[in-house]
Amino acid sequence: DAAGSFYPILKNEVVYICPKRLGGDDRQEYLQAEVLRVRHGEADVQVFENTRGVAVGDGVLQSGHMLSVSLGPGLLGQVYDGLQNPLELIASQHGFFLPRGLEVDGVDQQQHWSFQPVVKVGDIVRAGDVIGCVQEGRFKHRIMAPFGLIGDAEISWIQEGSFTIATPVARIRTQNGEEQEVSMQQRWPVRIPVSEPLLKEGLSQRLYPDEPLLTSIRLIDTFFPVARGGTACIPGPFGAGKTVLQSLISRFSDVDIVVIVACGERAGEVVETITEFPNMPDPKGGTLMDRTVIICNTSSMPVAAREASIYTGITISEYYRQMGYNVLVIADSTSRWAQAMRETSGRLEEIPGEEAFPAYLDSAVRALYERAGLIQNNAGDQGSLTLIGTVSPAGGNFEEPVTQSTLRTVKTFLGLSAERAYKRAYPAVDPLISWSRYLDQLSGWYAENLGDEWVAQVKEMQQLLIQGEAVQQMMQVTGEEGVTLKDYILYHKSICLDQVYLQQDAFDDVDISVPIERQQAIFEMLRGCLMNDQEFTDKQQVR
Amino acid sequence: EREEVSLQVFSGTKGLSTHSVVRFLGRSMEVTFSPNILGRAFSGTGRAIDNGPTLTEEPKIEIDGPTVNPARRVLASHMIRTDVPMIDVFNCLVESQKIPVFSVAGEPYNQLLAQIGTHADADVVVFGGIGLVFDDYHFFRQAFEEAGVLARTVMFVHQGSDPTVEGLLVPDMALAVAERFAVEEGKRVLVLLTDMTAYADALKEVGISMEHVPSNRGYIGDLYSQLARRYEKACDYKGAGSVTILSVTTMPGDDVTHPVPDNTGYITEGQFYLHDGVIDPFGSLSRLKQHVIGKVTREDHSQIMNTMVRFYAESQDAAQKQAMSFELSEYDERLLRFGSLFRERFMNIRVTMPLEEALDLCWETLAACFEPHELLMKQ
Ligand SMILES: Nc1ncnc2c1ncn2[C@@H]1O[C@H](COP(=O)(O)OP(=O)(O)O)[C@@H](O)[C@H]1O
Ligand SMILES: [Mg+2]
Ligand SMILES: [Mg+2]
Ligand SMILES: [Mg+2]
Ligand SMILES: [Mg+2]
Ligand SMILES: [Mg+2]
Repeated sequence: DAAGSFYPILKNEVVYICPKRLGGDDRQEYLQAEVLRVRHGEADVQVFENTRGVAVGDGVLQSGHMLSVSLGPGLLGQVYDGLQNPLELIASQHGFFLPRGLEVDGVDQQQHWSFQPVVKVGDIVRAGDVIGCVQEGRFKHRIMAPFGLIGDAEISWIQEGSFTIATPVARIRTQNGEEQEVSMQQRWPVRIPVSEPLLKEGLSQRLYPDEPLLTSIRLIDTFFPVARGGTACIPGPFGAGKTVLQSLISRFSDVDIVVIVACGERAGEVVETITEFPNMPDPKGGTLMDRTVIICNTSSMPVAAREASIYTGITISEYYRQMGYNVLVIADSTSRWAQAMRETSGRLEEIPGEEAFPAYLDSAVRALYERAGLIQNNAGDQGSLTLIGTVSPAGGNFEEPVTQSTLRTVKTFLGLSAERAYKRAYPAVDPLISWSRYLDQLSGWYAENLGDEWVAQVKEMQQLLIQGEAVQQMMQVTGEEGVTLKDYILYHKSICLDQVYLQQDAFDDVDISVPIERQQAIFEMLRGCLMNDQEFTDKQQVR
Repeated sequence: EREEVSLQVFSGTKGLSTHSVVRFLGRSMEVTFSPNILGRAFSGTGRAIDNGPTLTEEPKIEIDGPTVNPARRVLASHMIRTDVPMIDVFNCLVESQKIPVFSVAGEPYNQLLAQIGTHADADVVVFGGIGLVFDDYHFFRQAFEEAGVLARTVMFVHQGSDPTVEGLLVPDMALAVAERFAVEEGKRVLVLLTDMTAYADALKEVGISMEHVPSNRGYIGDLYSQLARRYEKACDYKGAGSVTILSVTTMPGDDVTHPVPDNTGYITEGQFYLHDGVIDPFGSLSRLKQHVIGKVTREDHSQIMNTMVRFYAESQDAAQKQAMSFELSEYDERLLRFGSLFRERFMNIRVTMPLEEALDLCWETLAACFEPHELLMKQ
């Protein structure tokens, strides 16, 4: 501080490095960094930005808090970097390039929001309880009591009206008698789940996901479903269609809010989303952009911030889930996140594990996906966070550590195959290697909505694909002559299923999105056709 | 480490003695940027190597500058015509695209690059050569001169005889200059880089001497990020010009899963496969082509492209039948004829023609081999 005294240093505390040499525009830069290790009176920090020109003797400012994001109305529709700096605002102030060492608020501090209290003076609230509402686009944005609040607190003052998000709208008296002001904004550390303190205090419950997240993609919804509040991964070599598939999912899934984390991949793909979403209607009203938050830390942006970007996206998602919304998080790609972790770990000279990834890769992957889930808040509303991540395995080889750790964690695996992409069989998900553990988990929902036989029929069709593949393999050795007419018919049935049902044209206005009712109708028609044992006299006729 | 700094000596450390004097200039690497660099050639350290007038008084700019704000990018929407039909017709090069030529040693990738450098409808061409043998440097320079485009070209050339690490600066210099032309002068800039595998190898060499933990096959752990930092300079700027990057990536052992092509493929927007002297219509992909085909090009472009590729695939099947001495139908014969016309008229990399002419030639080629009803095209 000004008097030159030192304060205790927290692990994962944010500090700012203040280079003596000023930035290009004679601006004092504040390079954000995170304390990763403290030992022998020294702290190792990872700087989130380019460290060029940082010198021995430069000042370091302690912030006293961990890497955090601002949560409040105004998040929806924003495009942020990995540390929640709004990119559009930075562009309007600094032009084409991203200067380093800026401090910008994550949510607009000037905008006014009309706050409507739902509690009154004298009411008792606990962490996460709704104290009022704000209309954010078509969403009712719940303003919640601070997530870190301990015990009961009494509302001692609350006001209605139009305010900026930093303006106090209420005061609460905490259990130890302190008065605390509450505004429409909270800050929350990204490395700690929003729901963690609430679950611990019994103020929210985790529930077992029992409904599918309908994506309108046949292959996913019918064969390899993802639950609302569940997890899925999409590994595949470059060009196999990971980004296109994720983009389809983010456009057509039946959810309230989508958070897209562009983590270490191409900036151009984000530009496509930013350009197109504002012109695409959301079936529930408004445009797709109105329900979307984009965290954009693409490949040429700072690597350490890339590591943080996924947590930034998830924390924002958890915030909306806590209000009772169904949120979908799309992360492209988790491999770049893991590689960022690898770089940091290398710099700390930690003992490397497989392929130089840190030994804690597996637990980090698990902890990440564990932040997905279905939650019931204290008001009884259910919200879900579904997490779907792509994996970019080196050389397209699924045996590498990130794919393997991810497969051990997630419950749906959509494995893309270069071969199918090459044949333009999109989405290039290989049905013979992919799996979903939700088909059984959600069987209650299927029985109720699609009939008692649904799951069994889907499995029957999966068998058909497996058998068809076996016949094909045999034919590669023996030629068409070497298989029986019966097997030959089987093979052609599997091809038919693949071409008619699994493949779906993303560039066709109708085929691009197929609601579950229509999926069911097509499925039944096709199944009727394939299960009907027609008489064929020869292979020519089968073809 | 507190009292020590590590230095990378670009010209190598041979014969360097202890007690040598080190002078700190207080700035990072710079490159000359002014209108006078057009038509000139520089080494990997930025020194003029063409015996032209001295440029020491010209303004300089920092290299490896900050990344562009994604909010200031615009969606790709303009084509860069190269007059190479396998590119213009089948996998358009689009302004702001970054795309490599995947090839192997011995293939004519430098001819292809020179061809594009001389024909492309760009305002400025910035050439970056890494590990270029003298003959290739000479070849490029002569090609630009003979085509009369040297005056719009800047060359940064690291030659095989220069110290390996000097090659590391070439992409950064080329891209810094390209970026300035695009941002400050609104130019449409095409950057040609060859060979990015030599660049990755130079990174590997420095990484090892710095005792970094190597990852795949000895390459630096952050190869992806290092390559991406360069390739992502490709950009169409909102309200200014654009930078497009066409590079060469040679694949050691013709193996696309080798770390350099693999990481490159994850970064770039498609790739052109060059083998057996031709650009392969299969495997080659321009991820941005759908932004221009039929939108800024002729409306028959998309259909004709798909039809041509479909017939070429069929002609390959027919060729296989022929190779296995199976009986060929009359239709197979016509497919074979189509295949050989296709190779000769379009795939040969020496062929150059404007897109419209190429599209017309596609129709002619189809007409020469097939009946209208066989084309299965919508009217
Ligand atoms: N579902 C699809 N329908 C049509 N084309 C697709 C589809 N998925 C991918 N593609 C094609 O493949 C290219 C690469 O897809 P992309 O999703 O970017 O691959 P990845 O992210 O796996 O590298 C796209 O530019 C597009 O041309
Ligand atoms: Mg900030
Ligand atoms: Mg992708
Ligand atoms: Mg695990
Ligand atoms: Mg422009
Ligand atoms: Mg794409």
